[in-house]
Amino acid sequence: MLKEGYVRIPSGCAISGIIDRTGRLFSGQSITDSIATMHDRSNGLGGGFAAYGIYPDFKDYFAFHMFYDDLIAKQETENILKADYIVALEEKIPTRKTAHIKNAPLIYRYFAIPKPEKLKLSELDENEFTIKFVFNINSNIPGAYVFSSGKNMGVFKAVGYPEDVANFYKLESYKGYMWLAHGRFPTNTPGWWGGAHPFNLLNISVVHNGELSSYDTNRKYLEEFGYICTLQTDTEVAAYIFDLLLRKHGLPIELACKVVASPLWKQVERMSPKEKFLYTNLKVIYGRALLNGPFSMIIAYGDGFIAINDRIKLRPLTAAKKGDMIYVASEESAIRQICKNPESVWIPRGGEPVIAELIRDNEKEMYSTKEVTA
Amino acid sequence: MSLSYLTPEFKVLRDYDKCINCKVCMRQCSFEVHSYDEDLDKMVSNDMNCVNCQRCVLLCPTQALTIIKHPQTFKEHANWTYDAIRDIYRQAETGGVLLSSMGNDRPYPVYWDKMVINASQVTNPSIDPLREPMELRVYLGRKPDRIEIDENLNVKTKMPPQLKLETPIMFSAMSYGSISYNAHAALARAAEELGILYNTGEGGLHKDFRKYGKNTIVQVASGRFGVDREYLNTAAAIEIKIGQGAKPGIGGHLPGEKVSEDISATRMIPSGSDAISPAPHHDIYSIEDLAQLIYSLKEATDYQKPVGVKIAAVNNVAAIASGIARAGADYIAIDGFRGGTGAAPKRIRDNVGIPIEFAIAAVDARLRSEGIRHTVSLVAAGSIRNSADIVKAIALGADAVYIATAALIALGCHMCQKCHTGKCNWGIATQDPNLVKRLNPEIGYKRLVNLVQAWSHEIKEMLGGMGINDIESLKGNRLMLRGIGMTQKELDILGILAAGE
Repeated sequence: MLKEGYVRIPSGCAISGIIDRTGRLFSGQSITDSIATMHDRSNGLGGGFAAYGIYPDFKDYFAFHMFYDDLIAKQETENILKADYIVALEEKIPTRKTAHIKNAPLIYRYFAIPKPEKLKLSELDENEFTIKFVFNINSNIPGAYVFSSGKNMGVFKAVGYPEDVANFYKLESYKGYMWLAHGRFPTNTPGWWGGAHPFNLLNISVVHNGELSSYDTNRKYLEEFGYICTLQTDTEVAAYIFDLLLRKHGLPIELACKVVASPLWKQVERMSPKEKFLYTNLKVIYGRALLNGPFSMIIAYGDGFIAINDRIKLRPLTAAKKGDMIYVASEESAIRQICKNPESVWIPRGGEPVIAELIRDNEKEMYSTKEVTA
Repeated sequence: MSLSYLTPEFKVLRDYDKCINCKVCMRQCSFEVHSYDEDLDKMVSNDMNCVNCQRCVLLCPTQALTIIKHPQTFKEHANWTYDAIRDIYRQAETGGVLLSSMGNDRPYPVYWDKMVINASQVTNPSIDPLREPMELRVYLGRKPDRIEIDENLNVKTKMPPQLKLETPIMFSAMSYGSISYNAHAALARAAEELGILYNTGEGGLHKDFRKYGKNTIVQVASGRFGVDREYLNTAAAIEIKIGQGAKPGIGGHLPGEKVSEDISATRMIPSGSDAISPAPHHDIYSIEDLAQLIYSLKEATDYQKPVGVKIAAVNNVAAIASGIARAGADYIAIDGFRGGTGAAPKRIRDNVGIPIEFAIAAVDARLRSEGIRHTVSLVAAGSIRNSADIVKAIALGADAVYIATAALIALGCHMCQKCHTGKCNWGIATQDPNLVKRLNPEIGYKRLVNLVQAWSHEIKEMLGGMGINDIESLKGNRLMLRGIGMTQKELDILGILAAGE
C-alpha cells in the first residue's frame, strides 16, 4: 500500500485544545484526559499532541522532532542538519514501552539554530531558512521526516489511540501553557507515523477534523507561493495557508479567519461601504484560499490558538472558558471531563473563530519560568 | 457549365394527406426549396437546395414536413467517404476554397465526455443548494499577490480592474455582421439581466446597444472595426482578438453585400465595401508588440478597464499564454478547435488547432508552475455544450467560460452550418431584414436567460454534490475529475487520475 503523501486519505477525527492565557505551565495529563473521552471518534490509526512552552531551556532554538525509518536516513539527515545548524542538544525522544504502540520508527529531537554564516549566505531570515531545511528533508531524504520544527514547542504523534500515544511519549511529564490533541479515524490504514496529526511547521500546528473538498484548489494556490505539499493531507494545506496569511502576508488573525471561512457575498452586500470594500477585495484576492467542505480545526501559532469551523458548520466544535483557561473540543464532554464547572460554554457558529491568546503582560513571566521538562 | 455531380444532401418528405397548400414553407425558406406547382395544384420541393435548418418543419401548420438525410449513397468506402468525394466535386466545379460555418464537425474525441465528476459520500457531506448557500460569483482580472491593509483595516492595495460575473458564463464574441441586430439585442439584454457579459465581436458596437455597456466586452481585432475612444470607454472590458478556435491563423471577411448602412456605421467603413480582417494584427508581429497594444488600450481607458486577449488553442498555447500574462493582459480567453464561426474555410475549421480541454489544462499548469496563475484570469471557450462541460472546464483550471454556439441554439439555431450564406432562416446569422425580424429579441433574451439560469442551477447541484459551496473552490480542483477511456499521456496532460484511482 502506498504511503501517505502518495495517496489521499480522508479521515474523520476528534480534536481538543487548551490554553492557559496567563502562560502558566501545566502537564499533558489534562489534554490526554480530554481527548481520551472522545475515544470513539478515532479508530486507533493516528493520535497526536502539540505542546507549547515545553522547552524553556532551549526557547531560542528550533526544536526538530524527527522520525527515521533507519540509521541511513538518520545519518543523511544529520549530515545536512549539522552542515547548516549549530546543534545544542540531540537525543532520543524519551518513550515508554506500551502494548498498544507498535512499529515505532527511530524518534529523535535536536535543538538547533542556523549557523550565522550559512544564514547570511542564504539571504533568508531564520524562519525561511528553516522552512527550506524542513522541505528539503521531507521531500529528498527517503525514510526521514521532520514532524515538528517550532521553538519552545513540540509535536508528539504516532499510529495508535491518542491516550496510548500520550502514554508512549510520557506526556504527563511535560509542562506547557498550550496543548492541542488529535485522534484520527482515517478511511484506510497507511500505518505511517508521519501521517498522524498534528501537522506542524515552525510554530504553527494544526489539528483538524474534516475533509476539504477544496484541497486541490488550495494546494495549487499554495504551490504558486513556493509551498510543497508532500503529505496530501488537508491539515498540511490548512497549516500552510495560515502560514502564508499570518506570517508572509501579515494579515491580522481575524482577517485570516475570514479568508479560510469567508463571509457569503450576500453578507458582504449588507456591510458598510468600508467593510464591503475590504471583504470584497479579500474574497477576490484570496478566493482560492477558502477552505471549503466540512472542517473544525485548531490552529496554534505560538501566542495562542484559533479554533474555527467551515462557514456552514458541517463539523462539531464546542468552546468553554473558566478564568484564564480556554477550552475547545469536538464534543462538550471532552471539556467537562477536565473542567467540571466552566463559566461559559458555547458552540461557535460556522466561520466564527474562537481566538485564545496569551495575555501580553504575562509574556515575560512565562518565559522566565524555569520548569525542567523530560 | 458541365453537369453538377452533386446530389441532394437532404430529402424533403411531404405528407400530401396533411399538406393544405398554404405555402408557409415556401415563404419561410430563404433557400427556395419549396414552390407551388399550379398545374399539379400541389407543393413541390427542390431537395438540392435544402440545408436541413428545419424552419419549414416547425412552421408547417399541419406537420406535413419531415427532412431526412438523403438515402442516396456512394459505394461504401472507408477512406473515400461521402464528404471526401463531394468536397472534390464541389471544388472541381468552383475552383474555390470550401467554406463552412459553426464549429469543427469531425468525429474527434470529445474529452469532456471522457471525464466524470466526483461526489461526496460519508466522509464528507454533500450540500443541498436549495437549503444551503451556494456561490457562483467570480471576478475576472489580475489579482495582486496579497492584500495590504493599514491598522484601521483600510485596504491599501490598489486593485486592478475586475469584471464581476454572477455566474461563470459569458456570451462569446459574435460580431454584428456575422449575426443580426436582433441576435445582438437578445444577447446584450440577457447579459444585463443575468449579471454577466456579452462580447461584441470585432464588428463594432451598435449605438443602440451602448446602454448595455456595463455588460459588454468590446473587441479590438486586426481590422479595428468600429474602434474609437467612445467604443472603448463604453465597455466594461476590452478584448484583443488574436485568433479564433474555428480558424486559427487566418483572418476574416465580411462580403460587401452584407455591409448595410447600419453595419457600415457600426464598423466605421463605407457601406458595400468588403470588411477584411487581416490574419495577423499588422502592429503585432511579436509578444512585445502585444504588450504595447495592451498598454495603449489601458492608457486610452485610464487603466479603468480590464484588457483581455483571446487566442485560438494551438500547439504552443501554454507558452503563448504565459507570454500574454506577462505582457499585462488581465484575462486570457482560449478558444478550442471546436469553437463556432460565421464563416471559415472548411479545411481550417476541421484540421487546425487543439481541443480546449487540453489547452486549458496545459495553460493552467504552465501559469501555476511559473507562479503567475493568480495574475491573470482564464476563460475557456470552444464548444461548451452544457453545465457539466463548465464544471469540468473550471476544475481543469478555467475561471469562467464563453458560450456562443449554445447561445445561438437557444435562440433557435438548428446547426445547419450555413451561416456563411447569410440566408439564416432563423434570423440569426443574416442581415436580410425580412429574415432578421423572425428573431424576436424579447423572446430571445428570455430563452438565453432561461438557459444560463438552468445551467447555473445544475452547476450548483454538482458543486453541492462535491461538498463545495463556492465556485472558487472548484478552480483547478482536478482531484474532482477522473478520466475514462484515455491513454496515460492524455490523463497526464489533463492532470487527472483515471476512474478507480
